[in-house]
Amino acid sequence: MSAGTVKLKIDNIEVNVPEGTMILEAARANGVVIPTLCDVEGLTAYGGCRMCMVEIHGSPKLFASCVTPVSTGMEIVTQSDKLKEYRKMALQFILSERSHICSVCVANNSCELQKLANELGVDHVQFEREWTSFPVDSTHDFLVLDRNRCILCTRCVRVCDEIEGVHTLDLKLRGKDEQVIVDLDDQWGESTSCTSCRKCAKVCPVGAIYVEGEALSETKDKNVAKFVLSRRNR
Amino acid sequence: MPDPAKVRVATIWLSGCSGCHMSFLDQDEALIDLAQQIQLVYSPIVDIKVFPENVDVTLVEGAVANEDQQELLKFARVRTKILISLGDCAVTGNVTGLRNSLSNSPQATLTRAFIETADVNPQIPTDVPALLPKALPLHEVVKVDYYIPGCPPPAGLINWVIGRLMRGLPVNMEGRSKFG
Repeated sequence: MSAGTVKLKIDNIEVNVPEGTMILEAARANGVVIPTLCDVEGLTAYGGCRMCMVEIHGSPKLFASCVTPVSTGMEIVTQSDKLKEYRKMALQFILSERSHICSVCVANNSCELQKLANELGVDHVQFEREWTSFPVDSTHDFLVLDRNRCILCTRCVRVCDEIEGVHTLDLKLRGKDEQVIVDLDDQWGESTSCTSCRKCAKVCPVGAIYVEGEALSETKDKNVAKFVLSRRNR
Repeated sequence: MPDPAKVRVATIWLSGCSGCHMSFLDQDEALIDLAQQIQLVYSPIVDIKVFPENVDVTLVEGAVANEDQQELLKFARVRTKILISLGDCAVTGNVTGLRNSLSNSPQATLTRAFIETADVNPQIPTDVPALLPKALPLHEVVKVDYYIPGCPPPAGLINWVIGRLMRGLPVNMEGRSKFG
């Protein structure tokens, strides 16, 4: 074993990864699939969606694997009944927080939230839903921001800042009132920093940012991570 | 005539577009097999006026949007062993629930729909059941046993769920159903 390598177990499989690797990356590198929503390879980890929670032997807590670094001797469980229940509950919290109505959404059938609900077997939302009426910003020539569909994963904020390098998008307020804003909470059409690069629409996992009049399957790269990495490596 | 060997099935149409019932009928030839095993005791497609007693399975399409629907659903719940939310309106509120973002006030909703956005003859109808403040998914009104999401749910999925229930098998929707 070379220096700087950490040996640990993921789902009873022994793996060796470089020190400082996050559990999620270590799992991926070894073919273990952990569900995610806010994560995009190539962007800073955010730890917001709580889908990637894992169990670590010896601790009663659950850990967000995208922001928890590996350490020697760790024994990690990525799939269990307990994790499934927590993931289903976290997903229901996301669904209950905004007006997610697939049948009238531009992202229907290309939505990561919808897909994950299906995979996890979330067939209803046990919590009372918020029926939000946040403003929809369609002032940009072709980009539309519908905050009622946003899951606050911050992929758009991060891609705008870290890849495009302009930081047009950010967040305001906290909790269920939190919203994506353009510049200093201006109309998108009046933004002086936006380069209209469309990266936000490409990485949005739902239908919160989209290109007007364009099928979402066209806007979104099939492999979002590959797209971001290709831009990052330029 | 009641047939004790057959499973007593009912379907109810609340605030929905009837698409879920269409999808039920889209089971096509599978309906012939199903008809051997079930007796349809109440449905918008049969002429029975009162929801009967001792129903085994009730499929409910649509959200609960007015007082009459709320009353019918509660009545049906008492008389049904297994109650199923059929389709997104019943499961989430869906399109029927879009009005919930507008207002919590039935009067404001009606004013918006029938006065402010009316092209001709603006007037609020008075000979219809009173709206609830919000269009609700079924499980916010009564206990629901199973959920079949989808807009509409695929015919094959409806058939699969009914088949599993009739054979007393567990129903796990993982990987089978999607909203929308």
